[in-house]
This record gives sequence, C-alpha cells and structure tokens, in this order.
Amino acid sequence: MEMKGERRIPAPRQLVWERLNDPETLKGCIPGCESIEKISDTEFTAKVVARVGPVKASFSGKVTLSDLDPPSGYTISGEGTGGVAGFAKGSATVALEEDGAETVLRYGAQGQVGGKLAQIGSRLIDATARKMADEFFTRFVGAMSPESATGS
Amino acid sequence: MADGSIGTPAIGASVRRREDYRFLTGQGTYTDDINRPGQVYAYILRSPHANARIGGIDTSAAASSPGVVAVFTGKDLEADGIGGLPCGWLINSKDGSPMAEPPHPVLVTDRVRHVGDHIAVVIAETLGQARDAAERIDIDYAVEPAVVDSVAALRPGAPLVWEQAPGNVCYDWHLGDSAAVETAIGKAARVVKLDLVNNRLVPNAMEPRAAIGEFNRATGEYTLYTTSQNPHVIRLLMGAFVLHIPEARLRVVAPDVGGGFGSKIYHYAEEAIVTWAAAKVRRPIKWTADRSESFMSDAHGRDHVTHVELALDADAKFLALKVSTLANMGAYLSTFSTCIPTYLYGTLLAGTYTTPAIYVETKAVFTNTVPVDAYRGAGRPEATFLLERIVDLAADELGIDPAELRRRNFIARDAFPYQTPVALQYDSGDYQTTLDMAMEAAGYAGFEARRREAAGRGKLRGIGIATYIEACGIAPSAVVGSLGARAGLFESAAVRVHPTGSVSILTGSHSHGQGHETTFAQLVSDHLGIPIDSIEIVHGDTAKIPYGMGTYGSRSLAVGGSAIIKAMDKVIAKGRKIAAHLLEAAEADIEFKDGEFTVAGTDRSKSLGEVALTAYVPHNFPHDELEPGLDETAFYDPKNFTFPSGAHIAEIEIDPDTGHLTVLNFTASDDFGRIVNPMIVAGQVHGGLAQGIGQALLEGCVYDTETGQLLTGSYNDYAMPRAADFPNFVLSTHVTLCTHNPLGVKGCGEAGAIGAPAAIANAIVDALKHLGVRHVEMPATPERLWRTIQEHQTRAAAD
Repeated sequence: MEMKGERRIPAPRQLVWERLNDPETLKGCIPGCESIEKISDTEFTAKVVARVGPVKASFSGKVTLSDLDPPSGYTISGEGTGGVAGFAKGSATVALEEDGAETVLRYGAQGQVGGKLAQIGSRLIDATARKMADEFFTRFVGAMSPESATGS
Repeated sequence: MADGSIGTPAIGASVRRREDYRFLTGQGTYTDDINRPGQVYAYILRSPHANARIGGIDTSAAASSPGVVAVFTGKDLEADGIGGLPCGWLINSKDGSPMAEPPHPVLVTDRVRHVGDHIAVVIAETLGQARDAAERIDIDYAVEPAVVDSVAALRPGAPLVWEQAPGNVCYDWHLGDSAAVETAIGKAARVVKLDLVNNRLVPNAMEPRAAIGEFNRATGEYTLYTTSQNPHVIRLLMGAFVLHIPEARLRVVAPDVGGGFGSKIYHYAEEAIVTWAAAKVRRPIKWTADRSESFMSDAHGRDHVTHVELALDADAKFLALKVSTLANMGAYLSTFSTCIPTYLYGTLLAGTYTTPAIYVETKAVFTNTVPVDAYRGAGRPEATFLLERIVDLAADELGIDPAELRRRNFIARDAFPYQTPVALQYDSGDYQTTLDMAMEAAGYAGFEARRREAAGRGKLRGIGIATYIEACGIAPSAVVGSLGARAGLFESAAVRVHPTGSVSILTGSHSHGQGHETTFAQLVSDHLGIPIDSIEIVHGDTAKIPYGMGTYGSRSLAVGGSAIIKAMDKVIAKGRKIAAHLLEAAEADIEFKDGEFTVAGTDRSKSLGEVALTAYVPHNFPHDELEPGLDETAFYDPKNFTFPSGAHIAEIEIDPDTGHLTVLNFTASDDFGRIVNPMIVAGQVHGGLAQGIGQALLEGCVYDTETGQLLTGSYNDYAMPRAADFPNFVLSTHVTLCTHNPLGVKGCGEAGAIGAPAAIANAIVDALKHLGVRHVEMPATPERLWRTIQEHQTRAAAD
C-alpha cells in the first residue's frame, strides 16, 4: 500500500517543521492517538486505537524520525503491535517547501499490516490508511491555521 | 420406496436420515456443546508473521491478568518432553532417500513459519479473559522474508523454511516408466502440452474445530473431546507420539461433527495442548476455533503447479502421459500430507484410459503457509483435472469431438481386472456407459444449436465433459504399508445383539454428515431382518468402539460397512448353532432369512430375538460348544481399493462484457457400485459438486507473495459457493459391482469434487476457444474471464 499527497499550509516553514516534531501536536493530529511520549529527539512511543473494518485494536508502538533535514523534511516511521489483531507498520517521507508565507507539504507514505488485520481487512486497509492520512493532515493544517497558531 | 421409519427397508431404499431430526432441530451434540464441570477456556496466540525468529516471549503480564489460570509456551512443553506432531506417511525420493521430515512442534519456541503458527496458550476462566491476557504477551520477533508459492520457493536464494530441507524440497518423488514414456513421445504423431495450476483451497467445514481436554486425577485418565473424523487415530498419534499417554488411559470422543472434508482427519496441536494442559491446571479446558483461526490453522487443500504432456498416435490413441508437479506442503508436514500428491495422485493418472506408458514426478515443497493435506478427493481431483484438461486440449488440437476421443481411449468394460501402468489394478467399471448416460441426459447432441442461440443473444456458451476414476475404500494395509504408510487402513465393527433382539452396531467409521446412522442401519436391517428402529449405530468414542481408522477416502461403506457385514455373519453363524440346539436340528439344516432361523423345509423356526434371549438366559444352551452372549467383533482389511467412476458434463454461458458465468446445466452419471440409500448418495454428490464447482469458479486461497500474509482469511475475500450459483443437478447412476468387498460397493463421497472442476474448466475453454483460449486457470472468476476475453480479443484484432 502506497499513498502520496500534498497540502498547502498557511504557516511559515520553520513553524511547520517545529510542529511536526512536537509530540503534543502529533498527538492531536494522529487519529485515535491516546498518548505519545518523547524518548529522545528522534524517538517516541505512542498508543493509537485504530479500526480497520470489523477489527478495532489498540496499537502500542514506536515512532522514529530519520533522514532529518531541518526544516525541509524527514522520514517518520512507525511500528505498532495490536496484540491478537496483528501488527501495522509504515513510514512517510515528508518534504516541506516554502511558498511565500505558506508552506507546501508533500508526503509519500507506505504501510503494511499483518495477522488478523491482513486476514480480515486486507481489502479495507488502503481505504483506512488513506482516510487516516487525510485526517492527520487535515487536523495538522487546522492546527497550523493562523487562529490556531496564535491561540496556542 | 419404503419410508424406513418402520419395517425392514431393503438395500436400495431412500430411507430418510435418522440423524436429521436432531441436526435440524438444534439438538445435535457437537464438541462446543459439551461443557465439563469446572471448565476453563484456552486461547491460542498465533503468529501475525509468516517467517520470524522469536527472540523472546514474555508472558508475565498475561499470567497476572484477571481470570488467568495459566500461560504456557513451547518451552513448557519441551520441559515435559512433549514430542512434535507426527507425519503418517514416509515418502522416498527418486534416489531412495527419505523425505525431509522437520519437526512439527505443538507450540513453537524459536521461530514462526506461517501466519497462524501457534506460539502460546492462555487458559482463563472465560474466553474473553484468555483473549485479553493474550494481548499482553510480549514477543520479540525478528521478521525475515517469507516465501509462499512453490515455484518461488525453489528459486535459488529463496527464503529457507527449514535448514533440514535444502532448497525447500521435502521430497522429489516419481512413479512409472520414464524411458517408455520418452520413447512413446519420440514416435508420437502429436504431443499436446499444458501448464496448469490446481488452486489452493480452504476446507471450511461448517463446524469449526474444537477440543476439550480433561484429566481425572482420581483415575489418572485423560479424555479428549474433539472434532475428529477418526478418534482412534488421534488417540494413537497423540498418545503414542506426542503426550506419551498409554491408550488405556486416554479416551478420545468425537461426538457429532459438522463436516470435515478431510480437514478433521489430522492430529492438530490444539488437541494436544488442551489435553496436556488439563493435567497441568487440573481442570477441563475448552478450545473452539473462531472462523479466522480456521482459515489459518485448518490444513488447506490442493495447491499444485503442473506441466503435463500427452502423446497420441495417428489414430488419436493415447501413447504416453508425462506429468511433472510441484506440490506445496506448507510450513509443516500435516498427518497425511505427504501421500496426497504421490500415492493418491500419481497412481490415478491412467484415469479411465488405456494409456500404456505413464510417468509422474512430484516435488513437494516447503513454504511459509498453512500445511496442506487431504481435502475432499485428495490428489484425485488434481489428477483428474490435469488429465481431463489435456484430453480436451488434444481433442481440440486434433479436431475430434471430446466425447469421441475419450471413447477411443476408454478401458473397455470387458477388460477388467485392468492393470494400469501406475500400480493400481481396477476391478470393475463401465466408462462408456456412464458417459453415454451423461451425454443423453445433458442433451449433448443438441448443444451446437444452443450455442448458436446463445451467440444470437451475445453470450458465449460452452459444454465440457470430464470422466474420472477414484481410488476409494482406502485401503489394503499391506499395500499402503509397502508404499510408506505408517498405519493400517482396515476397519472394525462390533455387532451387539441385546437379549431381546435389538442391536447396537459399534463402528470405527465416523459420521460427520454422511448419514451413517441411516445407511449402516439399512445394512443391518437388511442383513439381520430386523426393524430399523431396533438398530442403534454407535461411533466416535474410543471407550465404546473396539477400534477404528475413521472416515475419509470414501471408505466408510466399502471398508466400515464390510466390517459390519463380517461381524453380522459371525452373529448369524453363532445364532445358527444356538437355533439348531433349540430346534433339535442339525446346524447344517438351519437357514437364516428375514430374521428367522428355520429348519430347512419346515415351518419350525426361532427368531433372532428368541435366539438372543437364549444366548443371554442360557438355561437351555449348548454350553459345551458355545459361550453365552451374542456379541461379535470383526476387522475387515480390504483386498484392493474400490474404483468409483463416472462422467460429468457442465454447460455454461459467459457474458463477454462482464465475464459473468452462469452454470446452466450440470449432469453427473456415476458408478458407485451397489447403492444402499440413493437419497444419501444424491446428497453426497450434490455436496461434492458444490465444492468442485466452487473450486472451479469461486474459491481460491491467496497469500501476499511478499509478506506471506493470508489475504483470503475471511468470507469477505474467500468466496464460498451458494445455492444460487448452481442449477439443479441432473444425477444418474450406473452399477458395476465392486468385485472384492461383500457389499459390492465403491463409495460416493468425493466424486462430485473430483469430476466437477475439469467439467467446468472444459466448458469454459469450449466457450472461449474460438478466441484462441487454450486454458483458463481456476477459480475462473468474472474478472479472470473478462481479462482472458479482452486479451484474446485484443490479440485477435492485432493479428
């Protein structure tokens, strides 16, 4: 499963970059995220409740940032186990480009699921992942809008 | 025809199934219906990965979770010296070396080898608690690349499933005369070649597998309730090879079982787990598979990749057949997996034909998938599919009608016993007659008019013939022993005549939908001349039945029924002696007929009931000569396989715009030998056809080739056939008697699944051959058919 997307964010690149590295922002944007904790500058642990078709599971896992190129982008990778529901792992390469006062965010993501998730939900995975990615970036753009930015 | 609820229905009557009342009213007793006092529940933690090294398993959080009684891993079993699951058939390779036989642990310790592989068991007060606790088991996996298909597994550098099996090869077996085949091919007028796949199937019995283990501390006895087709075999395998429990202290009960199709023959890890753990926790333990677990833990079926060549002379007589097959074994060797693509496959490649030279080689391959074993037909559908496809292809290439090409090559009805070049000797058959019957019933002669009519509506219509032969009534013990079987394949029966003349039959056959309680009762009613209502059929409990090898390979009537006949004959022989004593006549003058022992030529007689009462109240009894009682046991070992055969014809129509296929007509003319209950036989054929047509059109098990994930793991993605997918089947039977069992019966359980796939595939190719289509793989889904049509139309347009 692979996805690509692009979002225009009404905020300067440096700010977008900082927020992309901020656990609290990530927590608010990752759908179903219950907790996220920073282990180091490039490592977090996270707990996410996700539903794929008939399977709903709580995933505990690790989020790693790599290929860091501040403030132009990074690769964010996650790997989580959902107990008897199986596992999910994925990564996204995020590139930030300045466009005046705004920032263009481009991402390319890929993911894989296993166990019961793959067994029951294989034909639902793509749609679910796309929906989650959409929701993440919609929330992220929302969090970066001027009102929200000044309000925080 | 006799209704059968009363009286003594003859063999050949469609007696209504006595067992159906309890099944249809929800009063059957299946394993999951059984609950034992103090019972706890097991949840098996399974691998989400196809191939991963296990660095460590931390069960501490799970063990302290609410309701948890115990958590066990493979290390606990190892510590108790528990063995692996055994394989029941040794196959030797071409060079004489034995097959690679890697371990098959009950719970894995260091590596998982397929999605669904069992890692740990959590036992808790409720199933929910067990499942929740399993979530808290922490496993350190190092995921490695996986390989799921047999072709990829043989490529250099493919992930290795077992170190013990270099190149992932389990064995490289062959049968037949290679030199004779090459010579024949060299001088043939034509050689027809085809590559084909026999798609992997998931058995999908209606009742998922279940097991309850129980240990009685007071007596030291173990009891296993399990969804098995052969409880004695499980007792032997689990007791002797896995848990080291003597037979006398292990009782295995297989109560009502809701379908098996082969998948419930084998000894599964869960049976050993609950039995072993029940003694550990001193409480009965129940495990019941959910449907997802069934998909990834029941042994799968088929999964062959084959190249076939058929050589013909100028008169279109078959000269030679050459077959090369890759058989996917999965990650472990299931109980009878190794004999399926060899002795239940290669030996059937003569089919119904006189092909004088045959050579078959089968390479069995390990992959990171669920083990593959027998599934309805087991090897014989695979043999029939390739044979009937290549025959049809030859007919097309030669411009001969497929029925005519078959007629030229059939073994003649007066040629029996017929020795094939692949070990089997057929005892009887009449292939031309069953084909003629099927062609008549299918309106074969008028097909071209129907094809034209359909073409006028823009539809592509096709007709396909498949003839088949099976080797059933499995099997002569000495023969299979010489071929590597690690078991005998006889059957036992006890006939217990009670003091007032009612009868209990204890049979080693096991009914899991076949209607034995009716068919066997008819046999007994006919043979002993007593009402069917006074006959009880008991099966499925090692504490009750003398012994049993169980039900599979269409063996229950041919082997189990023959054992019942043998035991009844012993009862009659003893009864004759008792009657002679009572009637003060010579034993030689006593005739037994319709339940009466009569002094020949007189009206002086004693009924079976009177003789039985005398046997149990032996006041006036020949004590010097006989023991009291009327209770006889017999074991029957068949002299040969039985060879059911027949012809199936499918007529289909394809919508070229959508690829949608409709089965318009399906005709099956079968020779099952003597038929005891035509209604039950028809039911068996219907079920077999449903599964055979399901394989041809709908069913296919798919793994992700990169990750090894099971993609068709639910009914969302694995298409089971439904009633609306079928027309009304047109059935008929033709009888040639089996020559070597007392009933003359051959067996009917698998026929539908054997003939149907090839008949459907031939009909599809017949509908599409004007486009240049030579073959369509199964399942021929609308998408596959649509793509095939598009590709060939595009190619035709380009030419």
